[in-house]
Amino acid sequence: MEETITTALESQEYFINMGPQHPSTHGVLRLVLSLDGEIIRKVEPHIGYIHRSIEKMCEHDSYQQIVHLTDRMDYLSCHINNEAVCLAVEMGLQVEIPERVKVIRTIIGELTRLSSHQLWWGVMGMDLGAITTFLYGFRDRELITDIFEETCGARLTMNYNVPGGLMFDIHPNFQKRTKDFVTYFKKKLPEYDDLLSNNVIFRERTIGIGKLSKEDAISFGVTGPTGRASGFSCDVRKHYPYSAYDRVQFKEILRTEGDCFARYQCRIAEMWESLSIIEQLIDNIPEGPFKAPTKAVIKLPKGEWYQKVETARGEFGVYIISEGQKSPYRLKFRSPGFSNLSALDHMARGCKIADLVAIMSTIDLVIPDIDR
Amino acid sequence: MKALYDFSYLTSAIHEWLSSFLSPNGVLITEMILVGIAFMLFFAVLGLVLVYAERKVSAFFQQRLGPMRVGKWGTAQTIADVIKLLMKEPVINREADRFLFNLAPYIIMIAAFMAMAALPFAKGLQALDFDIGILYVAAVSSLGVIGILLAGWSSNNKYSLIGAMRAGAQIISYELSVALSLLTIVVLTGSLQLSVIVESQADGWWIFKGHIPAMIAFLIFLIASTAETNRGPFDLAEAESELTAGFHTEYSGMKFAFFFLAEFANMFIVSAIGATVFLGGWMPLHIGNWQGFNAIMDYIPPIFWFFGKVSFMIFLMMWFRWTFPRLRIDQLLTLEWKYLLPINLVNILVMAFIGLVGWHF
Repeated sequence: MEETITTALESQEYFINMGPQHPSTHGVLRLVLSLDGEIIRKVEPHIGYIHRSIEKMCEHDSYQQIVHLTDRMDYLSCHINNEAVCLAVEMGLQVEIPERVKVIRTIIGELTRLSSHQLWWGVMGMDLGAITTFLYGFRDRELITDIFEETCGARLTMNYNVPGGLMFDIHPNFQKRTKDFVTYFKKKLPEYDDLLSNNVIFRERTIGIGKLSKEDAISFGVTGPTGRASGFSCDVRKHYPYSAYDRVQFKEILRTEGDCFARYQCRIAEMWESLSIIEQLIDNIPEGPFKAPTKAVIKLPKGEWYQKVETARGEFGVYIISEGQKSPYRLKFRSPGFSNLSALDHMARGCKIADLVAIMSTIDLVIPDIDR
Repeated sequence: MKALYDFSYLTSAIHEWLSSFLSPNGVLITEMILVGIAFMLFFAVLGLVLVYAERKVSAFFQQRLGPMRVGKWGTAQTIADVIKLLMKEPVINREADRFLFNLAPYIIMIAAFMAMAALPFAKGLQALDFDIGILYVAAVSSLGVIGILLAGWSSNNKYSLIGAMRAGAQIISYELSVALSLLTIVVLTGSLQLSVIVESQADGWWIFKGHIPAMIAFLIFLIASTAETNRGPFDLAEAESELTAGFHTEYSGMKFAFFFLAEFANMFIVSAIGATVFLGGWMPLHIGNWQGFNAIMDYIPPIFWFFGKVSFMIFLMMWFRWTFPRLRIDQLLTLEWKYLLPINLVNILVMAFIGLVGWHF
């Protein structure tokens, strides 16, 4: 009896379930927190609440159908996910992709990245208590989704890519609307700085919080803006260019602090880079077919292929093993969210609950991407 | 018309009419009941108006329209919400302490009611005019924290408990700054009685008359009172993105509405206190010896002056809330104990010196 009382008094730790239903886990992620007062001793992510066995489903689907499923993983960078599968299949088929397709894919990929970062920015503010930013982020994102809607009919899960090219050609208005958007958003992006980046409370809340060193970032496999904020040069677009990234000029945003504010600034700077990539390409879309001729039933030859792309969250990889059938023998996705989440415990220890929310927000988790 | 400028005509008329057929004790009891009913009605209307105002203000800050469907421009939206909340099932946790759980919303409401009783709404329109008015309001408005603590404790929910503990630390800390910033002006007025404080601003409001220390005190009051009402960048006790809804996570239906209403009532109370002490209460804007200007200002009835100033303060608080991110608990306490409180103490000294030398107007 006496023993239990003393241990109860000594260990002040208690645990709390953050999620699966919680406003700032951005989906059905469950974090089991060990807390000492408000200080976090341990974070244990429990995943699988939205597991849909996408990888297993892929083993029964044709390659065209697999593209659909990737929309449902990281739905905020759906186009880039689609692109990864298409590139892998095209690599297996050894089919030559028209230049037009490459450029359009890059432009829409960057628009997707922008829209993802806009949503992230809005949610970041909301997680820190500034609800207004959420609406501002959505206001600007709406213009991009309108462009998508005009291009392919869908606003979020676009499924615009097919192995061999694109599903349709771009809409005649596409170039004009995209250019309009770029000029509009170049005026609005400094507003983002006014609202959050230069706000003293926001800076207090993010500078020096959730530090991740470069070594840790590499060992946890943290990629994307989260990894680059720690100084880990991991931009797939730069190191292993695909589509039209080899012909555009852009900087890989690297920071060394590795804290929440560095991750924040990394994404804001990436938005500027994306705008510049779009500007370089939008007037130079080559003429030509929007799709390379492929057979109705795609059968990859026997072999293994791996293709990685840079989504808004980091390195997304597709690994296909084919036995020569119309479905892959085995298909594995390397999703950025899963690896980035694994570093959460390391970053959040010793922080407060409010900091955990800020850290999670700057990792920019999309839960279906983690669970697949 | 005369009653609009001085409500004592109206109140004394009612008093005489009641005295004509009731014993003195009967008159007293009837008047108490009348005042109580009047405050209840005012409370209900206040809730409806402020909830609507907050939704519209936030909508305009966020480039939205806000409620538009129920009634013209959505004016009946709050009434619809109240009906919905009334019809909701009051869910109580199985392990919750039922007595305290049910008691908590009433404590918060009672604290808000009691504070409201001492407010001078207009000339002659004040239910309780103590000689310790400010002390009473400061004391009573801090009773609300008991309700928050009880709510968090009895809910049997760890989020609620964290929220309640945050609220306790926050309100008790910022109570100091609120009281001290009010005392800065009391140094000049020499009285804690709210009606006397208002009368003393007949030739100019204290925020102008008290030089820079009065302005510093007003700024501190603005920050600290926002924190004391758990609003804006200081809504740590609720902290929607951290603690889901903090201390009132487990409340539903009308009990939740009580917390909601109390938040708006508290916002009104601190705004009213700030308007009374710093911005002259119901006193019109008077500038020195500009006779004509002062006479024109006097044509606007005092009750409009009071509610105009309070609306301005409330708008400021809403502006804060929809602009700033939330502070962290340690930053919140640092702000109070390391910055606001020392500044406040020095400010009082400066103000006492100014008052002593007679440099104020």
